[in-house]
Amino acid sequence: MKQLSTKVTSNAHGQDSSYFLGWEEYEKNPYDEIKNPNGIIQMGLAENQLCFDLIETWLAKNPDAAGLKKDGQSIFKELALFQDYHGLPEFKKALAEFMEEIRGNRVTFDPSKIVLAAGSTSANETLMFCLAEPGDAFLLPTPYYPGFDRDLKWRTGAEIVPIHCSSSNGFQITESALQQAYQQAQKLDLKVKGVLVTNPSNPLGTMLTRRELNLLVEFITSKNIHLISDEIYSGTVFGFEQFVSVMDVLKDKKLENSEVSKRVHVVYSLSKDLGLPGFRVGAIYSNDEMVVSAATKMSSFGLVSSQTQYLLSALLSDKKFTSTYLDENQKRLKIRQRQLVSGLEAAGVTCLKSNAGLFCWVDMRHLLDTNTFEAELELWKKIVYEVKLNISPGSSCHCTEPGWFRVCFANMSEETLDLAMGRLKEYVESTDSRRSISKSSHERIKSLRKRTVSNWVFRVSWTDRVPDER
Amino acid sequence: MELLSRKATCNSHGQDSSYFLGWEEYEKNPYDVIKNPHGIIQMGLAENQLCFDLLESWLAQNPDAACFKRDGQSIFRELALFQDYHGLSSFKNALSDFMSENRGYRVSFDSNNLVLTAGATSANETLMFCLADPGDAFLLPTPYYPGFDRDLKWRTGVEIVPIHCSSTNGFRITKLALEEAHAQAKKLNLNVKGVLITNPSNPLGTTTTQTELDILLEFISTNKNMHLVSDEIYSGTAFSSSEFISVMEVLKNNQLEDTDVFNRVHIVYSLSKDLGLPGFRVGAVYSNDKDVVSAATKMSSFGLVSSQTQYLLSSLLSDKKFTKKYLRENQKRLKNRQRKLVSGLEAMGIGSLKSNAGLFCWVDMRHLLSSKTFEAEMDLWKKIVYEVKLNISPGSSCHCEEPGWFRVCFANMSEETLKLALKRLKKFVDDGNSVKSCQITESQKLKSSRKKTMTTVSNWVFRLSFQDREAEER
Repeated sequence: MKQLSTKVTSNAHGQDSSYFLGWEEYEKNPYDEIKNPNGIIQMGLAENQLCFDLIETWLAKNPDAAGLKKDGQSIFKELALFQDYHGLPEFKKALAEFMEEIRGNRVTFDPSKIVLAAGSTSANETLMFCLAEPGDAFLLPTPYYPGFDRDLKWRTGAEIVPIHCSSSNGFQITESALQQAYQQAQKLDLKVKGVLVTNPSNPLGTMLTRRELNLLVEFITSKNIHLISDEIYSGTVFGFEQFVSVMDVLKDKKLENSEVSKRVHVVYSLSKDLGLPGFRVGAIYSNDEMVVSAATKMSSFGLVSSQTQYLLSALLSDKKFTSTYLDENQKRLKIRQRQLVSGLEAAGVTCLKSNAGLFCWVDMRHLLDTNTFEAELELWKKIVYEVKLNISPGSSCHCTEPGWFRVCFANMSEETLDLAMGRLKEYVESTDSRRSISKSSHERIKSLRKRTVSNWVFRVSWTDRVPDER
Repeated sequence: MELLSRKATCNSHGQDSSYFLGWEEYEKNPYDVIKNPHGIIQMGLAENQLCFDLLESWLAQNPDAACFKRDGQSIFRELALFQDYHGLSSFKNALSDFMSENRGYRVSFDSNNLVLTAGATSANETLMFCLADPGDAFLLPTPYYPGFDRDLKWRTGVEIVPIHCSSTNGFRITKLALEEAHAQAKKLNLNVKGVLITNPSNPLGTTTTQTELDILLEFISTNKNMHLVSDEIYSGTAFSSSEFISVMEVLKNNQLEDTDVFNRVHIVYSLSKDLGLPGFRVGAVYSNDKDVVSAATKMSSFGLVSSQTQYLLSSLLSDKKFTKKYLRENQKRLKNRQRKLVSGLEAMGIGSLKSNAGLFCWVDMRHLLSSKTFEAEMDLWKKIVYEVKLNISPGSSCHCEEPGWFRVCFANMSEETLKLALKRLKKFVDDGNSVKSCQITESQKLKSSRKKTMTTVSNWVFRLSFQDREAEER
């Protein structure tokens, strides 16, 4: 008889150390402006470090919030004892309003339909537990956040079937791709329970178009399935166009109180917009009261610390702060993205035109030896070892075309980004870009790749040191 | 096609409103010394409210801890970005040391074997996911914390098979009961993956004895693939550290540290009871099995502890002057408060299981039952809620096999409120109301709803409805 569960033991199989290498290398040799200027620059972590000054200023002006006080009086006891899985009402109210503000106050969010969770990692898993049985499937457009393989599938037993998106149309979701994915699921004998999209997209950095959203709503209506829209990056939109949430589409189509609206669920988090991944604040928003009820009880397994709920309820209730923050955040992200895009252009590298997110989806297909994932891996290793930049290879995001990489821009200073671009330019310009690495290492990588292991296990090994870096 | 999962929908079946009533009644009519002196006194919540003053004065003296500062410098950025599932090492070190201190430094804990989780609720579920597959079973001594039905079984698909304990020997686990439970599981075709105990026990308020621990270790030694999970969430509430024996101590004393049994013993901890901080969601899994630690660490992604909270508590628990004073004072006050409840009950002819830990007493009201049945227990409970206006927990909700036992909390209210509660109860007992039946129609209604629910729904669903308003009240 097995000693540990299958969930645990399956983990150990097929750990591909070549993916793990990127992280390992970074940790062995992390860039530091002063202490280690030749170290590896981390460009694989989708963190928003651009607006901490705004939050720190607010904290300095509002010491009660962190000091567990309300109007100068200690509320420590009250918070220490507060473990109601319905969440701190003032926090849910502030969060609902913040979500509305991000969407230009065009739609409303009812705080009673919000379920708090310990990060969107927890929110997404909880939704799977509520909507799917083990063996049921969700359709996800590729490329997608590698963490979904663990978050949506590991303990829930749910399956992911990819909706293949291609560069030919900017990786947008098409009706035929949706239908193909659905049929593929049926071929695999999997019951499709819904579609999950990330909007704005990780790793693409693009917002879903209205056309795609309409398509998705029509699709789930006809198939009678769910749509989960993970809008964790909603506050990182910096383009001229405003962010269109699936909630906007439901409203515009006058479907707000319809049956289908009960099958549309939004996931949110403060990890990207506010740059607070350490505080573990996520949320599920659903119009289905049964989902809200079940998810609320399940949130027992990942409640948000009351200390944190209180701090953030004070922060987000300050409308002057939130409007300044959202404005400034967008501005700074836009500038920083521009810096990356032009830096890449100077190196002869283009990327998918993006208007959101903390990263760009970079096209390095022309730098590949061959149009294969093996070549992508080789290029990646060169970029890690020689260029000393840790970026994310598209294959880890299930991209179906080799040569695409996700490169983050918001987790470092301007100077560091400049340096990274300089290094890349140097690499591309040097003839070394065509030089292959030593034979033996080449062979080893080839054989490692051939072993057929699922990507989520790669991801698990990859994230062995640093999780949740979307 | 089913739109929602079974996990989501089974929730709504068979909600027994009679259990829910206690909570509902309390919320409709909560006691307040000034605003509502005749309201219902909450004695069903195992909270530790006795030492907040110590915590608050520490906070006042150490403002940096809550305000994201270290030595006067802001570390806000660092904490905001810190989401490493290995946890803040300063916090894990402080927590490991605190756990050791709780055990009189008789054992030590390696922070590398510690996995942080959002409360013991998350820790217990995570351990189940690591140790058992859907359909496997864990053996639990009755009576046990009602929340286990949800925490251990709901999303994991694991089953609980009870180890029957009885009042004849103070509800101690016997070798016979353990073997019977094992046999029962086999009869039900369930693969037993181990035993889970709570030490000190909820709801009994007693520390597990050396004998019991020996029996349990022998059981998992013989059954080579079984685990022992010891939920030691109440370890700091033992009135004297020397009386609390952790399973880790027994392993050490029996020199089992290099054996394979060592890897099959796992501890769960939390700061919700000892420090009275359930809102902060701080729990932990401790295991000597590196695969369990590794898997649990990855699973903790689904319930990490807020870095803001980790930092505050790492400061608090690193202050050894504070922890020493706190543990000692906490024990003293709990012991004192328990004495007040016990003597108050004795004065009205109500006994309770002799306890030496916990935030509650296991009270014997068998003599107040109109008949030796769970129906009579329900009747008595409703009287106590509606007439005496005390919300206490009926033993049946804890899977106790003998009707008439109730868990009564003493650490979640002031001394005056406890006195008042006892006064009300005494009046009720003296008036002989215990044998008067409530209004006929109400009694009939209850009887028929009890009959229906007793046969068809499992207790965990009761518990869900019971907890519909207030979760986590162990």
